[in-house]
Formats: sequence, structure tokens, C-alpha cells
Amino acid sequence: MIDLKSLTIEKAHQNFKDGVFTCRELAEAYLNVIKEKNGELNAYLEIYGDVLAQADTAQKKFSDGSATLMTGIPLAIKDNILFAGHKASAGSKILENYTASYDAFVIKRLKEEGVVLIGRTNMDEFAMGSSTQTSAYGVTKNPIDTSRVPGGSSGGSAAALAAGMALVALGTETCGSVREPAAFCGLVGLKPTYGAVSRNGIIAMGNSLDQVSPFGKNVRDTEIIFNLLSKYDPEDSTSVPDDLRNTKNVTTVPKKIGVPWHLFSTGVDAEVMDNFKQSMEKFKNSGYEIVDIELPFSKYSLEAYYIIMPAEVSTNLARFDGIRYGLSKQGSDEAHNLRDVYVKSRREGFGKEARRRILLGTYVLSHGYYDAYYNKAIKVREKIKAEIVKAFEAVDLIVTPTAPMPAFKLGEKMDDPVAMYLCDIFSAPANLSGVPSIALPSGTTKGGLPLSIQFMAPHFREDSLFTIGKKFEEIK
Amino acid sequence: MDIKDVEKLSELAKIELSAEEKEDILKDMGGILEYVKVIEKVELEEVAPKYDIKNVWREDKIEPREFSAELITGQFPDSQPARSHDNSGAGGGVFLKVKKIM
Repeated sequence: MIDLKSLTIEKAHQNFKDGVFTCRELAEAYLNVIKEKNGELNAYLEIYGDVLAQADTAQKKFSDGSATLMTGIPLAIKDNILFAGHKASAGSKILENYTASYDAFVIKRLKEEGVVLIGRTNMDEFAMGSSTQTSAYGVTKNPIDTSRVPGGSSGGSAAALAAGMALVALGTETCGSVREPAAFCGLVGLKPTYGAVSRNGIIAMGNSLDQVSPFGKNVRDTEIIFNLLSKYDPEDSTSVPDDLRNTKNVTTVPKKIGVPWHLFSTGVDAEVMDNFKQSMEKFKNSGYEIVDIELPFSKYSLEAYYIIMPAEVSTNLARFDGIRYGLSKQGSDEAHNLRDVYVKSRREGFGKEARRRILLGTYVLSHGYYDAYYNKAIKVREKIKAEIVKAFEAVDLIVTPTAPMPAFKLGEKMDDPVAMYLCDIFSAPANLSGVPSIALPSGTTKGGLPLSIQFMAPHFREDSLFTIGKKFEEIK
Repeated sequence: MDIKDVEKLSELAKIELSAEEKEDILKDMGGILEYVKVIEKVELEEVAPKYDIKNVWREDKIEPREFSAELITGQFPDSQPARSHDNSGAGGGVFLKVKKIM
């Protein structure tokens, strides 16, 4: 029996090397848990048919000496990451029959290392949501309390990992879609610097915000995945070339932590707040300097985000029109001309939240509203970015709670879009400014639900987040 | 925003909506716009947005891709094989069929 609960990437690697268990045996152990639990949780939408074959290929790397740290590691991927020859539906009916025609950059990297890709995980439709309840393929349940949501949009990956159905997992973030489910499921979630990990082969939601983001049960596993994936890719025009990743003149270990208290003085659950304050005490007692900082424009982050993101969504999702792939009403009797095919395919293919955001984006970009909404939001975003970069002249890290509340009940907030959007209020500054951010488990509520705090660091200073994260694992 | 605006947006975004769905969207939009409109009031000194985000261009030259043509053409909802006397599609191309435009 392999102890999956305490297994880490490095432990698994050591066991493979020592011959304690094989890549196939580990993959089988996860497949057994999946068989037992996935029916109820609905974390995976599909388990790939060739998992054991992938494991056998990985095992060969151990025999011929080409194995690396990630070889044979079972990993779950979110349903919006393209894996050639396999389905990728982005949680949407409009892509239910879509098969990826190429590998995403991140999949290529994982394949090179011989990672075992277990399956694709459930998500909010096109990553639009904070609870994995807007998927066309049903809700995913939180393994810690199955009456609650796992967070979202990468809720399937979070649930798969938290339930022991994978050793590590990939999600994507546009605004909190990895950090918030990490918080709800008691995991570590890293949103890398914008431009660190290639977006090539990721089904886009908001191009100026999207980043592939890893989940781990601990900081080290998350760091290993990030280091593997953070690489310049000429196929993504926003991928940052290696020589511009200013990590050479890195300062020493982080010591000074800034807390923008004014951003979360209201609207935060009492237990979340108490836990946050206790966490700050722990840092103080360990010799960190905790200082108040002001980020006056950052309080408009979520409002700016809900203008910029829908604008990008309305443009991105225009490509799903029933013509080249995906759900199509072309053969339907109702479709008499090309326009009918568009409007009827899109009507049937998009769920409620996707439609809402497409229409909202169309509105904020339309003549007469563009200046008041989109252009203004872009300017506010520049201000937010500038003030965060400036704040890092005085402090090494910025910290806030990850989410304003712990995991909520299934069905909650579905009729109130703004209440749902507010789950990501603390996530938005990092996504809008492009800085990296890590969510760290920080204890539980009295009822046993996970709580979380998140750190932000300057652009390309993920190393600083891993340092503080490991420190917190020791002192929490 | 009123129901006419919703109709206009559904037209622009090419998503057909039923009367009931339009009402729902109108209600949701009211709440969301109420929330985001605070952006209008944010005071900024008169500066043009300084975009350090810029277009990245590359040369328009053909480079090999690993795309499988079959995986792409095989997903067309409706298609027709290229005519045999058409030599341009060496290896047997496939046409994507669409409905009439008008």
C-alpha cells in the first residue's frame, strides 16, 4: 500500500529510484482512488485511456537513466489545456466534441519529462466562475465537505488533488481561479508572473490576465512544477524572454511584509479575519517586520477586472460559432443561412454565465460606452500596477487573506452574479498587475474548513513566495 | 439599460435569446453595471494610459507545424472532399461547407 496522503514529488521520485514502487504501481494507486471517489466528487471529466501506458514509458526512463524529478509523477490537468488527440471542452457544451489538434506548451514540457497525465478535470464553463458550478458537466464537490463547493474555476483540479486522486495538478488563473480553490480545499496554489508560463494551447478567457497555475499539497511540489513550466516560448507573444526575467539581482530572503489592511477591513468572514491576524502574529514572532501599506487604486481592482475581462471574453469567444469545430446547428432544420448557424449554435452551446459575460463585454466595448468603461478600466489598471510595483520598493511581500470566506454551500450565490464575483476580490490585484501570488493553507475554521492567506511578490520573484511559503509551513 | 439594449447586444454578440432569457440578462446586467460603474468616478490625473503592453509581430513566413490536418478537417461539422481535378490540394484536401450567407 502506497501512502498517498504524505507523498510528495521528491518522495515519489526517491521511491521510483529505489525500486520501492514502479510508475505503474503509483498510477494504479491513484486510479483506484479515482474509481472509489470520482463518482461522487465529479472532479475528473475524463480519465485518459493510456494512463498505464504513459506510466510504463516513464518507467523505461528509470531503466535507461534518463529519468528526471518529474518522471512518472501522476498529474491532473484542467479541461482548458490542449493535449493532442484528447478531448478539451473547457467545461462547455459548445466544445463537448472537440479534440485538441496539438499539445499546449505546458503539455509538451510535461511529456518531455515523462509526467503521467491522468485526466482532464472539471471547471466553470470557460473558466468563468468561482465555484465550479457553471460547468456544462455538473458541479464538482469539495472533498473536505461534499455539501460545499471546491472553489473555482479550477475546482476539478483542486478536488482531484485534495481527494488524493493525483499527486499534483494544473489549473489556470484569470482572477483567482487557482488560489481561491486552493484556499477552499486546503492546498497550495501559485499564480505565476504574467508571461512566465506560456499560454500557447490554453483555451483563452482573458488574454491579458490568463496564466497556467500549479496546485500542490505543499510549497515544494508547487515550486517544482513552476520551475519546469516557467520558460520562454516564442509561440506566445506575451511570453517573457529569459534575459528579461530580472531575477539576477535578487535581493536576499524576504523580511518585510506589507499588509494593505484597508482592502479587507469589511466584507470578510470573522474566522477568516481572526486566522489572518494570527498568521501575522506568527510571522512577527519569527522575526518578520509587518508594516501597514496603502494601495488606494487597488480597491477598484475587482470593478476594473469585471470590465476588462468580459471585454476580452466577448472577443475570445467569438471564435466559437459552429463552423469549424464544436457544437454546430449547421445540420438543423432551423438554420437556413450562415447567421442562423451562428446564433443558434451559440445559443445552445453557451451556458448562462458565459452568455452574461459575452454580452457584458460587448456592452463595455460598444460605441458610447467604450471610454466610460473599458478605457477607464485600462487606466485604473495601469495605476494599480504602478502602485503595486512602487509598494515593492518598501516591502518584500504583500499579504492578504486569499478569499473573504471559506468554502460555501453548493447552490449558493448562483442567482447573484456579483456575490459570486466578490469571492475573487483579493485575487484581482495580482492578476491585473501581473505579479505572482501564492495561496497557503493557514489553518481551519471551527467546523474544519480550510483557511488560507496569500502573498504577492514583485514580478518574477516566485522564489520569494516559495521561501515565505516554506517558512509558513514550519511556523504555522 | 433596457430590453432594447439587450436585444441589440444579443444581435451584436450573435447569441439568440428567448424573451425570458432577455429579462434575466437585463436584471443581471443591472446588478453588474451598478457594481462596476464606480470605475467611472475614479479620479485620475489627466494621463494617457501608458501601455507597456504592445503588439509583438513576427515575420510572415511559413514554418512547420505539428498540427494534424486530419484532426482539424475531421472536426468540420460539414465538409466535402476536394475535387479530383483540383491539383492544389495534393494528398486530397477537404472543403469546409457553410450555409448560404444571405
